[in-house]
Amino acid sequence: MRDVAVVSFSYSTVAKEQMRNEVEMLAPVITEAIDASGIARSDIGFTCSGSFDYLQGGPFSFVMGLDAVGAWPPIRESHVEMDGAWALYEAWIALQTGEVDSALVYGFGKASQGNVHEIMSLQLDPYYVAPLWPSMVDLAALQARAYLDASGRSERDLAGVVAQAMRSARDTPQAIRSGEPSIEDLLASPYVASPLRDADIFPTTDGVAVIVLAAGDLARSVNKRPAWIRGLDHRIEPHSLGARDLTRSDSTALAAKHAGVASGPIDVAEVHAQFSHEVLILSEALGVDPSIVNPSGGPLAANGIMSAGLVRIGEVARRIMDGTANRGVAHATSGPALQQNLVCVLEGE
Amino acid sequence: MSKNAVAVVGVGQTHHRSSRKDVSMAGLVREAAVEALEDAGMTWSDIDAVVVGKAPDMFEGVAMPELYLADALGAAGKPMLRVHTAGSVGGSTAIVAAKLVQAGVHERVLTVAYEKQSESNATWGLSVPMPFSPPLVAGAGGYFAPMIRAYMTRSGAPRESGHLVAVKDRLNAVRNPRAHLHMPEITLKMVEESWLLWDPLRYLDTCPSSDGAMAMVLGSEKVAAAAPNPVAWVHGMAMRSEPTMFARRDQINPQAGKDCAADVYRQAGISDPRRDLDCAEVYVPFSWYEPMWLENLGFCAEGDGWKLTAEGATAFDGDIPWNPSGGVLSSNPIGASGMIRFGEVAQQVRGAAGGHQVELKTGKALGHAYGGGSQFFAMWVVGAKKPE
Repeated sequence: MRDVAVVSFSYSTVAKEQMRNEVEMLAPVITEAIDASGIARSDIGFTCSGSFDYLQGGPFSFVMGLDAVGAWPPIRESHVEMDGAWALYEAWIALQTGEVDSALVYGFGKASQGNVHEIMSLQLDPYYVAPLWPSMVDLAALQARAYLDASGRSERDLAGVVAQAMRSARDTPQAIRSGEPSIEDLLASPYVASPLRDADIFPTTDGVAVIVLAAGDLARSVNKRPAWIRGLDHRIEPHSLGARDLTRSDSTALAAKHAGVASGPIDVAEVHAQFSHEVLILSEALGVDPSIVNPSGGPLAANGIMSAGLVRIGEVARRIMDGTANRGVAHATSGPALQQNLVCVLEGE
Repeated sequence: MSKNAVAVVGVGQTHHRSSRKDVSMAGLVREAAVEALEDAGMTWSDIDAVVVGKAPDMFEGVAMPELYLADALGAAGKPMLRVHTAGSVGGSTAIVAAKLVQAGVHERVLTVAYEKQSESNATWGLSVPMPFSPPLVAGAGGYFAPMIRAYMTRSGAPRESGHLVAVKDRLNAVRNPRAHLHMPEITLKMVEESWLLWDPLRYLDTCPSSDGAMAMVLGSEKVAAAAPNPVAWVHGMAMRSEPTMFARRDQINPQAGKDCAADVYRQAGISDPRRDLDCAEVYVPFSWYEPMWLENLGFCAEGDGWKLTAEGATAFDGDIPWNPSGGVLSSNPIGASGMIRFGEVAQQVRGAAGGHQVELKTGKALGHAYGGGSQFFAMWVVGAKKPE
């Protein structure tokens, strides 16, 4: 495979963007990421984005999003109706063909415009499940209960995950939530859907994230310490919850195997866990100790829908580029109860 | 870096209808996919990855439907991607799938595009009023009619130019059993007397609203060598996009379309598309887009597109047949329409197009798709022979 690296990463989040639309949210972050990349906007070879029409409530959310890029003269460009992490996968493929040497990747979404827990119900089997309107929190709670029963872990362990995330998030400027909650206080709060409490569930977040990729010598020439993509793979599982073992994430484990997670030590892991129990399920699937997972606080601190998976890659890449980590793994997810998962291994040189 | 060769080793498509009440969405995509696998001599387990494309999720009311379709498409345990680039999506989905092979990441990729328009109403799905945006309450036809009027003014094309395409493509569709519309009785007079919807577009100048799916199996050189049927080689593929709100855009003859065509012709070694191609399947959802795209794609000088149509150059027996399958004017499952163009030209160069097979001379053909308000373009050129 051709050597490809993350050379620049920027993102922004806000609990509820009151003034700006998606294009206005994107434009400054795209400019910031391109300026920091050392690659001129006009030299970028390929552009790919991830967004979700149902957040906007209209068709073609990506069409106006492209106006934040400056696509003139016309550019090589594509879009996935998936988290920006999968846009990064498509861009990585374009770089692998050798046709281009750099790529701009972005993901964006303004989840506060609707009820994201209910919107995600529209992902379910349209004939047999979606008409029942189970929210994504209801499905996560089923998974959390199954996991606790099977693993012997308790709600206290979930509170421990939340407390670690909130402490870590104190150093993350983009965190919507952070602090030093006590385990007892967390366990004293009411259930939203048993066994999940409010702090176990991601905060609704409007966000955008941008990554610039570059290949080989270009990456070395623009960045002192690029974050090289050593492995990148994604896998999907059957859709029906009844057809999967909810207590584990087989597709994450399979993607991790193909991405080569276990072929070296892991200093840092960022996982797209939108619920506390998912941190534990994903740590097990990736084979990493939960204590090194989500030093940014993770999606429990800020979860820009359609950008949070790309942010995980960026948060690992940032730590490699600044020298605080040498080898890390990032994870992104899509679909009900971790149906589809992407794993990216990044390393310094 | 040298790219790996890519071939279309299997093609499958549904019968397109206004309402496929006999199948669910999963059943619809599976019908096309099974046919493509059989054509390729493969089963589900042979496939390394699945790439799905469709137009906006609101056309059926299912968000990210590929998640639900993972089982029906045999994707469990595999990578699955979902592409969405507006009306060009069927073409760009095929290109994303082909790049997985070209990059050397996979050997055999199944790609499927579909729309089940009967689940909803596309015109109103396209016309959701957005805050702080000018309302577009007339669907795609209302958007494109002013562009067509501007083209008429620029080129001096007579009013019947569009109607001629409407008749030609419907007569081509009679040769194609998969086409949605079969109108052997159609005449110029019928088109001229059909309802005026958006001046100058009349009812019969517009595409139908269809349920349908298209699938292809793409393979590496090694896979192509083992294929049971003739394959179509990818000689070039390209995508281009331009901004929406930009004063220098020419929506009548977009720069992105010209650049995309120039790129794909360069890759495929085509200097004169009218001479060097045996046929083209081009995204013509409203009849007037044939003359407009003839110019944009370099088949003639600017202003002359309507003359080619009037002379019969693009007819089934013309020197450069456009849309021998009947085109988007005869079948329009929106998200699939681009991939139908790409797959139909693969069938042509494989000699597998059946009743609408054109005569092969150069053995090369162009598949084209566009989307949005003519900002998004995807094209490929396929050939009977392996590229040098």
